[in-house]
Amino acid sequence: MSLLDIKNLTIHYETDAGCVEAVNDVNLKLEKGETLGLVGETGAGKTTIALGIMRLVPDPPGVIKNGEIFFEGKDLRTLREKDMRKIRGGRISMIFQDPMTSLNPVKTVEEQITEVIRLHQKLSKAEAERKACEMLELVGINAERITDYPHQFSGGMKQRVVIAIALACNPELLIADEPTTALDVTIQAQVIEMMIKLKNDLQTSMILITHDLGVVAEMCDKVGIMYAGEIVEYGTLEDIFDGEQHHPYTVGLFGAIPNLDVETDRLTPIEGLMPDPMNLPEGCNFCPRCKYADEHCKTANPVSHEVGEGHFIKCHRFAKEG
Amino acid sequence: MIPVMLGVVLVIFVMLSLSPGDPAVQMLGPDATPEQLEELRDDLGLNDPFLVRYVKYVWNLLHGDLGTSYTTKQPVAKEIFERFPTTLLFTTLACIVGAIVGILFGIVSAVKQYTWFDNVSRVIALIGISVPSFWLGLMFIIWFSVGLGWFPSSGFYGPKYWVLPSLTVGLVQASNVMRQTRSAMLDVVRQDYIRTARAKGQSEMKVIFSHELPNALIPIVTVLGMQFGRGMGGSIISEQVFAIPGIGMLMTNAIGNLNYPVVQGGVLVIALSFSIVNLLIDILYAFIDPRIKSLYSGKKRVRKTKNEFVREPGKESAANG
Repeated sequence: MSLLDIKNLTIHYETDAGCVEAVNDVNLKLEKGETLGLVGETGAGKTTIALGIMRLVPDPPGVIKNGEIFFEGKDLRTLREKDMRKIRGGRISMIFQDPMTSLNPVKTVEEQITEVIRLHQKLSKAEAERKACEMLELVGINAERITDYPHQFSGGMKQRVVIAIALACNPELLIADEPTTALDVTIQAQVIEMMIKLKNDLQTSMILITHDLGVVAEMCDKVGIMYAGEIVEYGTLEDIFDGEQHHPYTVGLFGAIPNLDVETDRLTPIEGLMPDPMNLPEGCNFCPRCKYADEHCKTANPVSHEVGEGHFIKCHRFAKEG
Repeated sequence: MIPVMLGVVLVIFVMLSLSPGDPAVQMLGPDATPEQLEELRDDLGLNDPFLVRYVKYVWNLLHGDLGTSYTTKQPVAKEIFERFPTTLLFTTLACIVGAIVGILFGIVSAVKQYTWFDNVSRVIALIGISVPSFWLGLMFIIWFSVGLGWFPSSGFYGPKYWVLPSLTVGLVQASNVMRQTRSAMLDVVRQDYIRTARAKGQSEMKVIFSHELPNALIPIVTVLGMQFGRGMGGSIISEQVFAIPGIGMLMTNAIGNLNYPVVQGGVLVIALSFSIVNLLIDILYAFIDPRIKSLYSGKKRVRKTKNEFVREPGKESAANG
């Protein structure tokens, strides 16, 4: 049994201006101890999937239209709110994108870390405080600073605090939503190094949401490439980085990374923009930007084809003959 | 605060000297002879030039003397402080009603934004801030004392008498507080740290009361403080409606009698309570928001950074380890 198994997940934001199809028919599988990278442009629906797993999609306007999210065999969507709260923060926890705004400004770091510990573990106040100090030391912040308020920390340290909160109850699954995007490159490296270390020490499975392919290469076992609310390619790290066959979007993504050995004046972006999620194309979502697109692509949305073991590509070009 | 007080005294002084009417005529009645009037004016110091009167008043003020009431010949300070507790109690009760009703409805409205509850309470709050409190007071008297006979309509002699006036002013205040609470809460509920709190598995009630409310408290406390200050001075009309023997009542009578020292003293006390409330609110901010506190404890922080600087090498490696 997989740790996490998402089937046909569809999440829409229904606003007055129209329906935003943020996540469409997504299937994902995550085994214990694995790290899955979700890569894609801003607005591809990565964060929405994460919030969907946590059942924290803002409602209204967000609606989970369809699909199942099995966590250790239990469908999270059918759980009562009370049981879901036990899972949130305890067995699945999440690191949010922007450390600057993710901590409550009027509470000390101690209150914020002990809060999650006391919610999920039967510890006395003193024990919880001790545990909070340990967590802080674990992420590399001096335990003396536990009584400080978030505004007394730098951005990198705040992100460490957020990570400490997320890891405080030894979750089985950690969802990291662009944990390094808001940080500068040197701090990024420190945080990533720390996360790899913690992941190995605590044996946590992880979903890493990012648009940094370098981070993916460093941390992930499996990779899902997302485009306009769909997973267009899914496979192991080797499949995605070294494989022969790719979705045209993946090719474009990798093509956009400048090569150090070759002198380049201009970067090679993927032409065009992502389609408006309120008004997705009828056929393949990528077809307006795809150089291989033909008439068939404009009318029929492709299904995922397995091109190698566990390597799926959602493109008509890989349809098996007949 | 002292410059504010001096300014208030000056403004009141100017306004009273510019206002028409002669206290001496008021006190002696229309039958008094010009000589009697002149003598009384001299006695009261009303014939002195403006500046002399002002300086004299301020000088006496600094010695704790607010002058003597023209009508009762009692020291003004005594008259005011006899009535001060009544006004303070009235204002406090009204504020408690305003805070409880306003904050509760504000929270529920924000949490259930755009539901029927929210819409209804917003309309009621809009009516509440538009309705003059004396009208509401008269309506309450008609319904609850004349119609139902539940509460007495005038006076302020015990809990039974407190209900109607406190509700009148309190509900008008609650409308303000409710609107402020709602908008402050709506600002906060969209913040990322609220999502973090939910992601910890915290219950909705706790999220509201221990994460959202403390962050929304500053604007709420500001409005409450303003309401309280306004209540101290502005309950003049409500005190009239309910015949409450407070400062407002004292002042309205004093204005009618051109009883200058009492008017001046009353305004001064009201201004003083307003300033004190504002000061208390400012201090309260520091307790609500640690970021504001750290602004004021600048000195301490400098010293702390120095200490840290000495130990920095050790700390740095600990932070990176």
